Amino acid sequence: MHGIGFDIAHLLAGSLVLVSLTMLYQDRLYALLNTYTLHAVVLGLAVAWQARLQDAPHLYITAAIALLFKAGIIPIALHRIVVRLGIHRAIETVSGIGTTMLAGIGLVGLSFAVMLRVTEGAALVAREDVAFALSVVLLGLLIMVTRRNAVSQVVGFMSLENGLILAAAGAQGMPLVVEISVAFSVLIAFIVIGVFLFRIRERFDTVDVRALDRFRGERR
Amino acid sequence: MALIRDLAAQAAEMALVVGAAPLVTGFLRKCKARLTRRRGASVLQPYRDLLRLLRKDVVLAENASWLFRAAPYLVFAATWVAAALVPTFGGGLLFSWSADLIAIVAMLGSARFFLALAGMDVGTAFGGIGASREMMIGSLAEPAMLMIIFSLALLAGSTQLSVIAAFMQSPAVGLRVTLGLALAALLIVAIAESGRIPVDNPATHLELTMVHEAMVLEYSGRHLALLELASWVKLLLYLSLIACVFVPWGVAPPGSGWLAHLLGAGLYAGKIALACALLAVFEMTIAKMRVFRVPNFLGAALMLGFLGAMLLFVSRII
Amino acid sequence: MMVMSLLAGIGLLLALSVLALFVGARPAGTPLVYAIGLVLSLFLLAVSGSALLRAGPAQTLVLPLGLPWIGTHLRLDALAAFFLVVINLGGAGACLYGIGYGRHAAEPLRVLPLVPAFLAGMNLVPLADDAFTFLVAWEFMSLASWALVVAEHRGAGHVEAGYIYLAMAVLGTFALLLAFGLLAGPAGDYAFASMRAAHAAPPVAAVVLGLVLFGAGAKAGLVPMHVWLPRAHPVAPSHVSALMSGVMTKVAIYAVIRIVFDLLGPPAWWWGLVVMGFGGASALMGILYALFETDLKRVLAYSTIENVGFVFAGLGLALAFRADGMAAAAALALTAALLHVLNHAVLKSLQFFGAGAVLGASGLRDMDRMGGLIHRMKVTSVAMLAGAIGLSALPPFNAFVSEWLTFQAILLSPALPQWGLKLLVPAVGALLALAAALAATCFVRLYGIVFLGRPRSDAAAAAHETDPFSATAMVIFAGLALLLGIVPGPALGALRPAVASVLGTLQPAALRLPWLSIAPLAASRGTYNGLLVFLFIAGSAALVAVAIRLVAPGRTRRGPAWDCGFPDPSPSLQYSAGGFAEPIRRVFGPVLFRSRTSVHMPPPGETRPARLVVRSHDVVWEVLYAPVAGLVAAASSRLNVMQFLTIRRYLSLVFALLVILLLVLALWR
Repeated sequence: MHGIGFDIAHLLAGSLVLVSLTMLYQDRLYALLNTYTLHAVVLGLAVAWQARLQDAPHLYITAAIALLFKAGIIPIALHRIVVRLGIHRAIETVSGIGTTMLAGIGLVGLSFAVMLRVTEGAALVAREDVAFALSVVLLGLLIMVTRRNAVSQVVGFMSLENGLILAAAGAQGMPLVVEISVAFSVLIAFIVIGVFLFRIRERFDTVDVRALDRFRGERR
Repeated sequence: MALIRDLAAQAAEMALVVGAAPLVTGFLRKCKARLTRRRGASVLQPYRDLLRLLRKDVVLAENASWLFRAAPYLVFAATWVAAALVPTFGGGLLFSWSADLIAIVAMLGSARFFLALAGMDVGTAFGGIGASREMMIGSLAEPAMLMIIFSLALLAGSTQLSVIAAFMQSPAVGLRVTLGLALAALLIVAIAESGRIPVDNPATHLELTMVHEAMVLEYSGRHLALLELASWVKLLLYLSLIACVFVPWGVAPPGSGWLAHLLGAGLYAGKIALACALLAVFEMTIAKMRVFRVPNFLGAALMLGFLGAMLLFVSRII
Repeated sequence: MMVMSLLAGIGLLLALSVLALFVGARPAGTPLVYAIGLVLSLFLLAVSGSALLRAGPAQTLVLPLGLPWIGTHLRLDALAAFFLVVINLGGAGACLYGIGYGRHAAEPLRVLPLVPAFLAGMNLVPLADDAFTFLVAWEFMSLASWALVVAEHRGAGHVEAGYIYLAMAVLGTFALLLAFGLLAGPAGDYAFASMRAAHAAPPVAAVVLGLVLFGAGAKAGLVPMHVWLPRAHPVAPSHVSALMSGVMTKVAIYAVIRIVFDLLGPPAWWWGLVVMGFGGASALMGILYALFETDLKRVLAYSTIENVGFVFAGLGLALAFRADGMAAAAALALTAALLHVLNHAVLKSLQFFGAGAVLGASGLRDMDRMGGLIHRMKVTSVAMLAGAIGLSALPPFNAFVSEWLTFQAILLSPALPQWGLKLLVPAVGALLALAAALAATCFVRLYGIVFLGRPRSDAAAAAHETDPFSATAMVIFAGLALLLGIVPGPALGALRPAVASVLGTLQPAALRLPWLSIAPLAASRGTYNGLLVFLFIAGSAALVAVAIRLVAPGRTRRGPAWDCGFPDPSPSLQYSAGGFAEPIRRVFGPVLFRSRTSVHMPPPGETRPARLVVRSHDVVWEVLYAPVAGLVAAASSRLNVMQFLTIRRYLSLVFALLVILLLVLALWR
């Protein structure tokens, strides 16, 4: 178990957390999308390495799905949406980079502290994989919380989902069915949110979700 | 006999860092010039600059105090001693036990302390600007540096630079995210501390952007020569530090013979040259950032260092 | 025997304060009292120093004084001896300084009798071995220092400072009283010996920890109980400020160590985390406050908070190691904390002496009106430079050694079993590193604004050197700071019995290697040799100077400042204290101080000056204290009516209270 195989798994999963952290402070939409693409590529590599380690060929399919959809189709589609919405020049002011990053680091620490305590005795690779996955999920949530732009919220949601896939790949014996359903659910979510974006935009002429809050405020 | 050899190695090290620092800077400038398709000055130009400055008279401002005159010597001495304790081509430095990595960083802090005071001594606005900014950069870089040291010390079980270097050469290191993060953080800290683009521009004399140059604005003659040399030595120190921790191959182990040292010296020259070339490329492709973006830049180093330390806990050793 | 001689010394100090009442009004009285105080402090220093070095078993003494069923228990162990050394070192320095500086006192009778009494109270606290004696000594110390704070009662803010100090001191003593009550348990045995024998139940112990951190932490200046400290310390006469900042905070640290480490029994693992948290927060907040302050003495007071934070971080680390049975690591952390206590006592006394010299020479406390004092106050400027390097924790001075040991102790934290500690101790370490680096910024700012540059006011331009006694005190303390930095080995050796008396086992915490090097736990973990570093730096500086003389014998001319070709004669164009800290404020201010900056720029063509307005809030004061202060003010204005009652009403009030108390007593059993 020890040795180079473990080291590479560690490296890839750790890089996924790092990419999540870099997503936290991207203030341009294109940069955010590019970082997300990198996130998906790293996820694909991590899952593929898990497939090799666990000798589980179905995980290769998962990795391929990740690479194809998440690193290929979805970013390209989102790029197009951003261009069509005409917000590709928009700079989103992330409120207080320092505070956000501190919160991010704190979340990573929290997930390590929790998962390493809970999974005492489990296999080492699975253990740290789950710890990394939880931090990716939490960071995804943090991205969604700190963003105002709907597109970046979608990206945050998808990075969260990447964390779930990492967890699923790390836990041995997770059937592919679940994976496919997860992938489809994302696709559906993506479509729904895409439509949703245009609906918001048609009605409010912006994709800033604050518009929704204001709207609700007027009705009250 | 062994003592004499160790003494010789230490003396060679002290001479090397001072002797090679202008060459490194000259080479770096040459690289940058070639990248912008200029011929550039000779790599020996910094030596000529030093000699010219040494020959010139010193013009002191009217209200300069003794501190202003003493500071160049103290700054240079502290930087020099710190640089002489970083292993370059040989691991067995005789006096390496007199200060560990924390103390080396603190010695650079002492140098910065005196330099900032010297900047404020004459009582001009530029000196204040430089001192204030330099201290801000320094105080944000220091915690990042400590987190890097924390990660390294956790792996190697020591803050002693020679022990860390020996550990990094051993096969026990493996491939680790932590090391990558620590390297990234150390690069950021090194760029900020040695005043390179994008944090500070050593070639500028544009008032509002300069940090180091603003502090030494009132200096001339031999004082200026010493301060310039100190800043070059500091750059070499950081390059050597990165080389000895992250690319330690070829550093002659303690007690090895002349041949190993010679090989180490050759490899060291290669490493530093490569680092200069990379630094030149990096500086060409990036623009200087606003002073108030620097905290974010250094904050990233702190985060990387901290994340690296945390990742160590999930890896296999601990 | 030693306890008796210490008691004799303390008694003589009390007698001195009575004597001061009679001779204080005469011009020769001030030097006389301080000279006697100096001799007595040196005597106490010698006795406690020999007790520390002798490292024998604890000596006890029971006097038939005080409450009849308790008596007065006194005990001198190595920990108490170490703190007595710190107290009397600071005391001797302050007395020596006072011989010269005392003549600045407007009303010597308000200061002179109180200084020996203050010293006596501080000396008695570490000797106390029962709760009653401890609290009496503690309160004596508090009241004497309070009276000294309001000694110059005519200054603006002095009375307010005294009021806040008194409130916090009373609350602190009350918390300690409760803590001792809980420790004594139902049996009510207030001797420390029986408290030590009985271990409190975990929830009770946790409450005691909280009470001690509040009670003694307030005296030490732990954030958020620090609010009185930067108000009270600076307004006292400068040598008393030195005593309060350099020494009295250490007595409070002694109280924490005595109660938490010695009396409270085995610690739970999370105690260390709490103490470290307070320590880290104090270190960072203290130095940030100091950076944004422009009153010279208040900057120093805030810096005390930072250093107390460092000590508490070491103590918390020691607690955590001790809870997990890592005795050697605990000893290292505790050694670092105690060494920092000594180092800070020396450095902060030195800095307050210097601030007093500046105040005496120019009458200024506002940094923005100083400048250029290095030309007129040669000795003071050199001594203050030593203190500034020391407090910035830079080698080769002393505070670097203790902070280095603290960081080395932090590097041992991954061996702790609890995940919370593993992850949070490095975070506190980063906080401490940030605080240490900001301290360097703070003292560059302090020294650069006060001593360098050009004078910003006439008073600063007319300043003169201080008297020889003050100068001697400063030079001695500066030398001590350097000595402790380059040869820390003997101090570490002297600390070993003190650490052993707390932790119960004699541990080779900080190794002393040949050639006066020091190393934590094992030589392979990292070594530091202050002497060699000092010699190397001094030697290479000299070498370079000589070499340059030989190679380049260029002349030195004086000319006007260059300043990029636009020299401005007005000294107001220099960086101000606020301007120097502005980059730091930009980084930390918006979050920690809710500071807002607004620029009012007149449109082109108008001659009105542009204005930059910075507003920041002391969040701790506004959130924690202002509501309480408001409530108290409201309640007291309601109760004000009671001042104007008839005698019959007063009598009926007293009568009603008596009846209620009797009722309570009747229902109790």
